[in-house]
Amino acid sequence: MNSIQSFGAASGEAGKVDAVFLLIAVICGFFFLLTQGLLVYFAVRYRRRAAGRDNETPRITGNHLLEIVWILVPTIVVMAIFYYGWKVYSDMRIPRPGAAEVHVTGKQWMWEIRYPGGRTAINEIRVQRGKPVKFLLSSSDVIHGFYLPEFRVKMDAIPGRITSLWLSPDRAGTFAIHCTVYCGDGHSNMNGSLIVMEPAEYAAWERGAAEAGRADEPLPKRGERLVGASGCLNCHAVSGKEKIGPNFSGLFGSKVPLEGGTTVSADEEYLRESIVDPGAKVVKGYPNVMPTYKTSMKAEEVRAVVEYLKTLR
Amino acid sequence: MSAGDGKGYLSERGWRSWAFTLDHKRIGVMYLCTTIFFFLLGGVFALLLRLELLSPQARYFSNHAYNVFFTLHGAMMIFLFIIPAIPSGLGNFLIPLHLGARDVAFPRLNLASYWVFVAGFLVIVGSLVAPMDTGWTFYTPYSAKTGAAVTTLSLGVFLIGMSSILTGLNFIVTIHKLRAPGMSFLRMPLFLWSMYATSIIQVVATPVVGVTFLLLAAERVLGVGFFDPAKGGDPVLFQHFFWFYSHPVVYVMILPAMGIVSEVIPVFSRKPIFGYKAIAYSSLAIAFLGFLVWAHHMFTSGMSPLANAIFSFMTFFVAVPTAVKVFNWIATLYRGSITFEAPMLYALTFIFLFIIGGLTGPFLGALATNVQLHDTYFVVAHFHYTMMGGTVMGFFAGLHYWFPKITGRMLNEKAARASWALIFLGFNVTFFTMFFLGVRGMPRRYAEYLPKYHSENVVATIGSVILTLGILAMVWNFVQGLRSGTPAPGNPWRALSLEWQTPSPPETENFHEIPLVTDWPYGYGTKKA
Ligand code: HEM
Ligand SMILES: [Cu+2]
Repeated sequence: MNSIQSFGAASGEAGKVDAVFLLIAVICGFFFLLTQGLLVYFAVRYRRRAAGRDNETPRITGNHLLEIVWILVPTIVVMAIFYYGWKVYSDMRIPRPGAAEVHVTGKQWMWEIRYPGGRTAINEIRVQRGKPVKFLLSSSDVIHGFYLPEFRVKMDAIPGRITSLWLSPDRAGTFAIHCTVYCGDGHSNMNGSLIVMEPAEYAAWERGAAEAGRADEPLPKRGERLVGASGCLNCHAVSGKEKIGPNFSGLFGSKVPLEGGTTVSADEEYLRESIVDPGAKVVKGYPNVMPTYKTSMKAEEVRAVVEYLKTLR
Repeated sequence: MSAGDGKGYLSERGWRSWAFTLDHKRIGVMYLCTTIFFFLLGGVFALLLRLELLSPQARYFSNHAYNVFFTLHGAMMIFLFIIPAIPSGLGNFLIPLHLGARDVAFPRLNLASYWVFVAGFLVIVGSLVAPMDTGWTFYTPYSAKTGAAVTTLSLGVFLIGMSSILTGLNFIVTIHKLRAPGMSFLRMPLFLWSMYATSIIQVVATPVVGVTFLLLAAERVLGVGFFDPAKGGDPVLFQHFFWFYSHPVVYVMILPAMGIVSEVIPVFSRKPIFGYKAIAYSSLAIAFLGFLVWAHHMFTSGMSPLANAIFSFMTFFVAVPTAVKVFNWIATLYRGSITFEAPMLYALTFIFLFIIGGLTGPFLGALATNVQLHDTYFVVAHFHYTMMGGTVMGFFAGLHYWFPKITGRMLNEKAARASWALIFLGFNVTFFTMFFLGVRGMPRRYAEYLPKYHSENVVATIGSVILTLGILAMVWNFVQGLRSGTPAPGNPWRALSLEWQTPSPPETENFHEIPLVTDWPYGYGTKKA
């Protein structure tokens, strides 16, 4: 994810949240300066100057008027803050009409996307600039948090329930998606991206994507692209330090020790099976956490991935 | 152990004289040592976390190790340090002395609650055979599924909760029954008011966490589906239970520290506390309102917008009694004759940092901004400002203030100020930086992060090293004071509350004669206003 944009608001609603933030910052900034200022000023101004004069302070035990003022003023101020926070929030909960609906399922540790036409993807959501989109969130295991910082929105994805979130992107670009509810080892790697495309570009992508990949692309090349786009690298490394799952490099052709003491040699069939039915043969020492790609990858895509893995000697 | 034998309570030696003691002061000291040990251990885990976050990739530990460390750090700091430290440690030591009593109402129960606490942490240590990685919040369904020893751990937390209930009950009865003659409720030191409110919360809220952990254990061991949607359960129900306890408990953490600050500020300003009744009653108001706002931890958990609005509304009401306290402390300084010994430095630091913690609360209480900031480093910064900047600084103020009373020795003032300076600097560098991380979107509990968050993380880690040096210097000063501090007079700070009207350290039964109370403990100032 190298093209993540800066942190400016990426939708009109996010701008409204920023306005609330600013409002609170101004109010609290004022009280910050007031209280810390008085604290420091009194501490310095009334420090003991001469020894022995320590009990010559006025016996002030309270002041009703002052105390009523500083009960009433904070009450009014916090009510105002509550009101603006609530107003913007409740406006934001009502989706703008005509929103496209995209299903997002949180899984340890990836986001599985399903578009209205039935097309699926992992960790990568494409939407059109200017067109509202509603995400219907769920989870297949534990609670996850679906968070889009640039859009100032977040909602938990909960097993057995459907929650929702909508936004209307104003800027084209690539924006981060994070998981914010702790969900196990891969929690901090459960990132995705929201790719906001210009409408024309988006239409082209929709058409192009319907043709199931690029015909002239060599299989290993296509596999590499799929491995990157399908969340595999959240858990597997291609080189370097081990992640949650086994390393890919040197995997093909090696002898793999399994839970239960047997070994299997990593041939094409083993690789294929590990993708569509990862629970069938669990590698020794690794948690059985990988989701199946049976529904999200077509047979030829799996084949492309296997061809790619074969190149990683 | 005869009344008024003239010997300090520390004069008896040998481990049995501690393990079987019924003296509230010794029990208090045992709690203090135990909880400070866990504070330091929890601090080691914090340092490991910060070390790992020096680089965006998991470089020194695996993700799993990081997750175990933040769980141990959080769970220890909360359950083994901050909840018991002030109430059970300083509270045990001080409540009878403050009241002019010889002991707490039920000394045996008091000893029992210490050993139940120890049993609790031993069980927790036992559960470490399979280190937990759930965070201190134990959210289901993750906690019901993870391989770690969550069931054993639940038992440990259950025991610790029980100890906390027993202590709370004991304190409530003590405050009602054992006040010295003449000490009406409105003549009690404010520390007692805060302990009274704290004890009420402990007695009312803690059973809920006990039940919650029992349900979780039942889910794991017996497969009952309270929280499992596949069996018709509700995963979010756990969060309601959990926060119904844990939100009020935030006030168990902060109220006692507010009590300490209310003691220290008048003494070192030589002024009566400003607005005594407002401070006293606001403790009760906070205790009460604290029970109505638990779901503000759950605005993104799919509750209805109406429920969110109601909880947000209630949340803002807790801010008011809290603000009242802060204004009163500052007003107490007005026209005082202020000196800056270590207890006062920490009390002023408490106010300073707590204001920052408090003023970042509205960002989280307001719905629109909560949704943006929830579960990011903004929250991490906010709660460290209130818990560490607030409670821990209040605790340090109390430790420095009552050190002469507890040990009979004075601390080295220069060393105390030097360590304070490091702690103050290190704290702000560490945690203020995290507000920026949070606003820019870095989620909490992340072992790895995007490179764009790198520089702030490096700064925060540098701050945590400075902070650690300060804390080590403070501990070193305590040890030195204990070994070779000059003997303390009975009342080194010339304070008016009752614990100072007895020698340092106090004798076993506290007072030669039970004192007769004729005024409140804040009668400073000669010129009438
Ligand atoms: C030496 C000073 C401290 C440092 C440097 C420090 C640092 C940290 C860090 C880096 C995290 C992890 C944040 C995350 O990944 O979400 C954390 C979490 C936490 N800290 Fe601290 N901390 C310190 C002291 C304290 C104290 C004194 C307390 C309370 C008494 C405390 C309570 C917590 C809690 C409750 C968590 C949340 C754990 C969780 O997410 O389950 N910390 N701290
Ligand atoms: Cu997650």
